Amino acid sequence: MPERTATIASRSGLHARPAAIFAEAAGESPVEVTIAMAGSAADDALDAASILSLMTLGAAKGDVVVLRAEGDGADTALDSLVTLLETDLDAE
Amino acid sequence: MQNFQGVGVSPGRVIGTIRQMPKPVSEPPSGEQLAASTTAEDAVAGLKAAAQSVHDELKARADKASGDGKAVLEATALMAKDTMLLKSATKLINNNGSSAERAIWEAGASVSEMLHNLGGYMAERATDVLDVRARIVAELRGVPAPGIPASDTPFILVAEDLAPADTATLDPAVVTALVTSGGGPQSHTAIIARSLGLPAVVAARGVDEIPDGAEVFVDGAAGSLSLEPSEEQRAAALAWVENAATLAAFDGNGTTADGHLVPLLANVGGAKDAAAAAALGAQGVGLFRTEFCFLERDTEPTVLEQAAAYRGVFDAFPGKKVVLRTLDAGADKPLPFLTDATEPNPALGVRGYRTDFTTPGVLDRQLEAIAIAADETEAEVWVMAPMISTAAEAAHFASMCDAAGIKKPGVMVEVPSAALTSASVLRHVGFASLGTNDLTQYAMAADRQLGPLAELNTPWQPAVLRLVQLTVAGSVEEGSGKPVGVCGEAAADPALAVVLVGLGVSTLSMTARSLAAVGTVLKTVTLEQAQELARLALSAPDALDAKAWVRAKLPILEELGL
Repeated sequence: MPERTATIASRSGLHARPAAIFAEAAGESPVEVTIAMAGSAADDALDAASILSLMTLGAAKGDVVVLRAEGDGADTALDSLVTLLETDLDAE
Repeated sequence: MQNFQGVGVSPGRVIGTIRQMPKPVSEPPSGEQLAASTTAEDAVAGLKAAAQSVHDELKARADKASGDGKAVLEATALMAKDTMLLKSATKLINNNGSSAERAIWEAGASVSEMLHNLGGYMAERATDVLDVRARIVAELRGVPAPGIPASDTPFILVAEDLAPADTATLDPAVVTALVTSGGGPQSHTAIIARSLGLPAVVAARGVDEIPDGAEVFVDGAAGSLSLEPSEEQRAAALAWVENAATLAAFDGNGTTADGHLVPLLANVGGAKDAAAAAALGAQGVGLFRTEFCFLERDTEPTVLEQAAAYRGVFDAFPGKKVVLRTLDAGADKPLPFLTDATEPNPALGVRGYRTDFTTPGVLDRQLEAIAIAADETEAEVWVMAPMISTAAEAAHFASMCDAAGIKKPGVMVEVPSAALTSASVLRHVGFASLGTNDLTQYAMAADRQLGPLAELNTPWQPAVLRLVQLTVAGSVEEGSGKPVGVCGEAAADPALAVVLVGLGVSTLSMTARSLAAVGTVLKTVTLEQAQELARLALSAPDALDAKAWVRAKLPILEELGL
């Protein structure tokens, strides 16, 4: 299954506005994307399009997360979501 | 013409159509099952459709909003169709046969609890999940969404009472007046209305029954709401628009007609308030509520963080007086690191200055921060402690201030014992400031927040006025001319402000919006007339007569619609 790691760049971590922007983008991608903290079991991965899941994940700035997806367009979708996570969305 | 009488808490005369605040959404009964005629599949589809429409409605509001409000609405909209929430509700419908309403209710509760337990920012969002849940249930039931109705056209909001959380969604460009069936003169509704300058009436029984869309006349000074407005009322509403323009500007010089100076100061909670107050002509700050720098914090802010926050207020008033009140936590303003939420009677508990008994150190560090900030600014910084009851407490507070290098220590007089012994209390400190909201609550033994006690809970009570008089007399007895000011809501009532000046109060501090009205009325009386009105109020048998008698001698109030 294609997967990518990304380091959270937003100052406030992956909640508040950055979480909303990311969840919306994940919801719009053609494949289902999951998110987990790096090193945790793949079974514990959460739905990346769920803002509530993202908030309970509690990823702070500098934390590394793993994104996974399967199916047509998975690689493209993952690449663009990684870019989003590695941008400081609080600065916009 | 039907008339509803309540208590006027913020002046203004307006005509408009009313919108009722929807009742809070009630909890679907525990164990509520799907109706026999509904399949689980249909229930899930219905739930998804309801969630989608709540999402769309919130998203549409987010698109029109800006700043922080926009971000919160966008996040809340996403929660409405969140897979975590909907999957867990779907499971309850499919596995337990729960009704859709009950399923989303329970799913929302567990998600909200999870966020709450994470603390910090996530805990603040826990209530957003509950709000979304209530909106979805309302949508499923086909009843209006909870909260202040969304509208493009202005309306008069009628509610049982407003919660602090409602202020975030209250747009003063759309809501032109507030009328509540519950609440008292010191309730959140009253405080919100005064800070926004909106006409408001509280404790007006029966207004819940007025249908949406009815045209009404609201008089925020008289405390009345009338159906089918008369021609006179229409004229009065038009005249108010003109008066409001003159009453918006204060010339920065509080004085009686014969030149007795009474500086008019502002009550502020932070730098933003202070800048707004300075722009409205405030002659200084009579009450800086420092707890607003502490609220929503799980831990104590550092000395430097505090100093920066205080500095923001001081800098708005270079060369002018800023009276800072040390942390007033407890009762309706709990702080997790300072107050005990399990006290059976928090208004009479460890609050204000008393938190120094149980958590020593916090006050010392706050005084240290104040001294640092005061050193760096041009403002003349005075510092007072809330909830002082005895001369010994005043002496101790003065020694703490001295140790921190603060030159002008003072006390709040809001506990009747401090008013009754003000000569001894004032021997130890440089000034006193009457907090009339708490002084009234304690003198009358009537909880500030309770609607049914609204008539007891007014600073027009002759007993409260007598305590003001005794506090001033104590300062005279003490002999070195130590100032006694007022910083409660009483100072914002132009008629009562005149009485307070007549009782010998030296400064009045109020929400900045009221400065112009108080300044305008004060300029129409001499000190001697104010003293005469004070004697009249003291001689009244009750609060209603005191107010009516004084108002009858101040015709300018009626002229200006105050």
